[in-house]
Amino acid sequence: MTNAETFTVTTPSDREIVVTRVFNAPRKLVFDAWTNPKYLPHWMLGPDGWSMPVCEIDLRPGGSWHIVWRHSNGQEMEMRGSYREVQPPERVVSSESWGPEWPETLNTVVFSEQAGKTTATITVLYPSKDARDAALKTGMKQGMSQSYDRLEAYLESLGS
Amino acid sequence: MTSSDRLDATFAALADPTRRAILARLASGEASVNELAEPFAMTQPAISKHLKVLERAGLISRGQDAQRRPRRLEAKPFAEATEWLEKYRRLWAANFQRLDALLDQMKFDQLKTKETKPARAKTRGDHR
Repeated sequence: MTNAETFTVTTPSDREIVVTRVFNAPRKLVFDAWTNPKYLPHWMLGPDGWSMPVCEIDLRPGGSWHIVWRHSNGQEMEMRGSYREVQPPERVVSSESWGPEWPETLNTVVFSEQAGKTTATITVLYPSKDARDAALKTGMKQGMSQSYDRLEAYLESLGS
Repeated sequence: MTSSDRLDATFAALADPTRRAILARLASGEASVNELAEPFAMTQPAISKHLKVLERAGLISRGQDAQRRPRRLEAKPFAEATEWLEKYRRLWAANFQRLDALLDQMKFDQLKTKETKPARAKTRGDHR
C-alpha cells in the first residue's frame, strides 16, 4: 500500500477539511489512544519540540475537554471544546476552539475496522466559508517553500 | 484581489471534479480547449465555462499561440492554496507516526497481559 492510499488530506467542500489515515491496529485500541488522557499526550503533539502538560478529557456527551501544549522554548498553546456525541469505539463528535478570536470548529472522528486495520476519518467543519478561509490565511502566514512537486502530488491525491 | 479573495476563488475552483481533472491534465503540459474537452462527455461551451472559473482564480492562463489558444497551469495561486493543506498534512503526519508507535506498544502490552494473566484479571482494590 502506498502512502497516498493510507493517508489523505482533502477539502471536499468549502467549509470542511478531511483527514483519513489507516492504522495497523483494531479500532478499540485506536479509539482508546485517541480519547484517553493516558495515551493522547504521547502522540498528539504536532511538530517536534512540543509536549502536552495538560490533557483533561470528560468523554461523554456534554463533557468538556482541555488541552495545553508547551514548547521547549516556553511558548504555550491552548485548546478547549466539548463532546457532542460519544460512541465507543466508532465515533466522536466534539467542538474545538483555540480561543475567542478563532472560529469554533465541529470535529467528527469516525473509526472503521477491516481485517484488523482501522481507518480513522477526521472531518473538521468550520462554521462558514469565511471562517475556514480566515484559518487558511493565518496558517499561510507561517510561510514555507513551494514547488511543482507538491503541486503534482496534491493533484494526484485529489484524484479525478 | 487580496490574498484571501484569491484563496476563496482558488478553493471554489477546486471544489469541482471536472475542474480538478482539467488541472491534472494541464499539470502534464499545456492543451487547447478541444484537447481539454476530449476526455469529458461535455460540449465545448461547458468546458469553456469551467476554464473561465479556473482563469478567474488565476489557476490557468492562455498561451501565446493565437490560433490554438492553449491553456496552461499557473503554479503560484495553487501553491498558496495547497501550502496550508501541506502544513496541515505534515502536522498530522508527525502525529500519526507517533500514534503508530504507541499502538504497537499498546498491542504488545495487551499481549503481555494475556500471557501473564491467563485467568481472570484481578480486581484492583484501589479502583472505585
